[in-house]
Amino acid sequence: MISYILRKLAILVPTFFGVTLVAFVFIRLLPGDPVMVMAGERGMTEERHAEMMKLYGFDKPVLEQYLIYIKDVLQGDLGKSIVTKKPVFEDFMSLFPATVELSLVAITIAILVGLPVGMIAAVKRGTPFDHVSMTAALTGYSMPIFWWGLLCIIFFSGILRWTPVSGRISLLFFFEPVTGFMLIDSWLSGEEGAFASAVSHLILPSIVLGTIPMAIIARQTRSAMLEVLGEDYVRTARAKGLAPRRVIGLHTLRNALIPVVTIIGLQVGVLFAGAILTETIFSWPGIGKWMVDSISRRDYPSVQGGLLMIASFVVVVNLFVDLLYGLINPQIRHTK
Amino acid sequence: MKKLVALFGVFALLFAGSAAAKTLIYCSEGSPEGFTPALYTAGTTFDAGSRQIFNKLVEFERGTTKIVPALAERWKVSKDGLTYTFYLRKGVKFHTTKNFKPSRDFNADDVIFSFMRQFDKGHPYHTVSGGAYEYFNGMSMPDLLKSIKKVNAYTIQFMLNRPEAPMIANLAMDFASIHSAEYADKMMKAGTPDTFDQMPVGTGPFQLVAYQKDAVIRYKAHPNFWAGKAPIDNLVFAITPDPSVRYQKLKAGECHVMPYPNPADLDAMRRDKDINLLQQEGLNVGYLAFNTMMSPFDNPKVRKALSMAINKQAILQAVFQGAGKVAKNPIPPTIWSYNEAVKDDPYDPVAAKKMLDAAGIKNLKTKVWAMPVQRPYNPNARRMAELIQADWAKIGVQAEIVSYEWGEYLKRSKDKDRDGAVLLGWTGDNGDPDNFLAVLLGCDGVGGSNRANFCYKPFEDLIQKAKVVSDVKERTRLYEKAQLIFKEQAPWVTIAHSIVFKPVRKEVVDFRIDPFGGHIFYGVDLK
Repeated sequence: MISYILRKLAILVPTFFGVTLVAFVFIRLLPGDPVMVMAGERGMTEERHAEMMKLYGFDKPVLEQYLIYIKDVLQGDLGKSIVTKKPVFEDFMSLFPATVELSLVAITIAILVGLPVGMIAAVKRGTPFDHVSMTAALTGYSMPIFWWGLLCIIFFSGILRWTPVSGRISLLFFFEPVTGFMLIDSWLSGEEGAFASAVSHLILPSIVLGTIPMAIIARQTRSAMLEVLGEDYVRTARAKGLAPRRVIGLHTLRNALIPVVTIIGLQVGVLFAGAILTETIFSWPGIGKWMVDSISRRDYPSVQGGLLMIASFVVVVNLFVDLLYGLINPQIRHTK
Repeated sequence: MKKLVALFGVFALLFAGSAAAKTLIYCSEGSPEGFTPALYTAGTTFDAGSRQIFNKLVEFERGTTKIVPALAERWKVSKDGLTYTFYLRKGVKFHTTKNFKPSRDFNADDVIFSFMRQFDKGHPYHTVSGGAYEYFNGMSMPDLLKSIKKVNAYTIQFMLNRPEAPMIANLAMDFASIHSAEYADKMMKAGTPDTFDQMPVGTGPFQLVAYQKDAVIRYKAHPNFWAGKAPIDNLVFAITPDPSVRYQKLKAGECHVMPYPNPADLDAMRRDKDINLLQQEGLNVGYLAFNTMMSPFDNPKVRKALSMAINKQAILQAVFQGAGKVAKNPIPPTIWSYNEAVKDDPYDPVAAKKMLDAAGIKNLKTKVWAMPVQRPYNPNARRMAELIQADWAKIGVQAEIVSYEWGEYLKRSKDKDRDGAVLLGWTGDNGDPDNFLAVLLGCDGVGGSNRANFCYKPFEDLIQKAKVVSDVKERTRLYEKAQLIFKEQAPWVTIAHSIVFKPVRKEVVDFRIDPFGGHIFYGVDLK
C-alpha cells in the first residue's frame, strides 16, 4: 500500500511540471497583453508600454520567463498579482476556503440525494419512481447553472423570501476570519445568529452547484447497480434465500460503488468549473470568479499560480479516491 | 420551512436593530484592485478608495463637474500660467487605524509625498506595489511638471514646463489623492511599505475597517472629517458582480444603492414602489472613427456621406434600448462649452448616396470594427456594427464586420494604416473639454488615442490655444468653434451618449449621480 501511495505521489511530479507549462504557455497564447488591457481605451505610448513590460519582466524571452517562474515556484513563491500587487498565494488562500466549503457542502448534498435515488431507481426499475427520478436527473444535468441559479434566487429569495439573495453571511455580522470556512468561523465567533446566517447563505448556492453532480451520481449509481444486479453471484445470493436488503446492501451496492466513487472523484474538477458560475451568481468570494477575472485581465502570475494550486488539489483528491477503492473492494487492495 | 422563516425573522430583526447606527449598504459590482488610487485606473477601485477614503487638493462638487476647494482652501495661477500656488487647509485630521495613529495634521509634506511618489523615479515609494502610475503618466504629468515646491507648511507650488489650462481639473482626479507622509515613513521604517497601500490612511469622510476580497468592504465614518462627519455611521460595500442579483438584493432590502442595472430590469424598477430610479446623461461619447489618413476616408465629403447614411435613432433603440441620447458633438452635453448650435448630420440615405456618387465613389468596400467588450458608451458593439453595415448597404457600401480580443483591438485600431472605421468611445476623466478634444482628436494622439488619425490645422490651432488660455469664457468660445469644425470635417460619426441609471431604495436621501461614473456616499443619508 505504501509503495502504491509513493508511486501515485511520484506521478504528481510530471503532473506538476505539465500544469506549470500548460498554464504558462496557454495564457500567453491568448492575444493581447496585460499592459494593454490595463491601459484600456486610454492607451499608452510605445515607450511606456515597453517600460511597463520590462517592469513586470515580460520583455524577456518566454523560455527565460518560464525558467524564472519555475525557480520561484520551487522556492514556494508563486509571484505577485499584476492587478492587486499582492502575492498570488495570499490572494488564493484568502478565497480558496470559500470554494472548498461550497464544494464540500454541494458534493455532500449530491451524494446524500443522488446515491439513494440511483439505488432505488435501479431496484425499482421500470416503476414511475425510476422514470420520474431519472427524468429529473437528466433535467438537472442539462440545466445551465447560470439560469438555474438565477431562477432559484428569484423564487426562493425574491418571491418566497426564505433564503438570503447572496453572500456568505449577513453583513451585520462582522468578525475576523480564523479558518476562512464561514461555518466554522461563525461558530467560533460566538455571535448569536451568525452560524444560522452562514447556513442560510449556503443553502441555495450549494444546491445549485450540487445539481449536476447529483444528477450524474444518481444516473451512474442506477446503471452500476443494474449491471451488478444481473451478475451470477447476486442471483446465487438470492437463490440461497438471502434477505433482499442483504443482497442489495452487501453484494450489490458495495460492488456498484466502485465506478460511482470514481465519478465522485472526478466531480471535484466539475465542481471547480461549476463554481465559476455559481460564485458569480451568488457573489460567493471563491477562486472560480477570481480565476475568470485573472484570465480576462491577463494577470499571468495569478492564472499560473491559481491553475497550479487547483490542479494540485484535484490530483490529491483523486489520489484519495484511488485509495478509497481498496477500502470498498478488497480485490483492488494494492499488494503489488 | 418553519426554521427558514424563523431565520428570516431573525435576519429582519437584526436589520431593524441596526437602525440606531445608520449603515448604508452599496451593492458594488466588483472588488477593487487595491486602495491607493494612483496605482490603478478602474472606476471600481476609485469608488472603494479615493472617493471615500481620500481627498484631493481640489475636488468636483458632488454630482457636478464644477471644481471646488478641498484640501486646498484656495489657489492662485501666475500670469504666465506656469506656477500654481495652493494654500492648504489647516486642522485636517488623518484617520486613526490599527496600524497608525497620526501625530500631526495634514500639511504640505503630505502633498509633496503624494505627487513625488509618482513623479520621482528615485523616490523610496516609487516602486512599491508595482510602481505603475498610469493616470499620472496618461495625463502627461511627467512632461508637464517641472517641480513641486513647499513654500511653507501650508503653501505649496506646482511649477509647470508649459501653460496647461486643465491643470486644476487634473488635480481633482483620483490619482491626485493625498496620502499621509508620516504613515508612509512609519511603514517604510517598519519594513512593510506594501501595508501602506493595502491598509489605507486618508483624510476622507470614511475610513477603512475591513476588506474581504470579492465579499465585502467595511468603512466607518471619519469622526473628525474636516467638512463634518458623514450623516451615515457605517458604509458597507457588498460585492455583487451579477446585475440581476444586485437587483434582487436591492428589492429584498439587502442593499440600498446599486450600480449598472440590466437595461431589461429598468421598467420593473420604475414600477417598484420601494425604489427610486435616478438617471442622468453620462460623461461619455460613443463614436465610429474613420481613418482619415486612408483613401477614400481622407475626403471629408465621403465621411459626411457615410455619416448621413447611418440611422442613429434606430441604433439608440436597438443597442441602448432607449437609455441613450444621440450625439452630435464629440463632447457630452454635461461638459461646459458643449455647442448646442451644432447641427447633426441628418439621416438621409438618398442624399448620402448622391454625395458618394459626386465624390466618384462606387462599390466601396470597407470594414467596421466592433469592440468585443461592453461599455456604457456602447453596450453592444456587434449589434451596432450590424446596423451600420445594413445602413451602408442601402447606399451601396459593403462593410465587413471585424473584431479582435480587447487588448488586440485596442492595439490594432491605433495603426495609422488601419483599414476601416472603428467603434470606440470615451468616458471623461476631469470634466474638461480638453480631455475629449485634445486626447481623442489632437495631432499628438495620431497613431494612439486619436483613432481617426485626424490632424487638421484649423481644429488643432483652436484646441492648442484653448489649452493655454486660463479664461474660461475664452476657452468656451474656442471649443465651441472647434466643435463646428469637427462637424464639418466629420472624422467620426458621433453616435450616442449613454444615460446612466442608478436605482436606490426610497429610504436613501440625497444620493447624487456622479457625472464621472463614481459613487460618492459623503452627504448621503438614510430615512
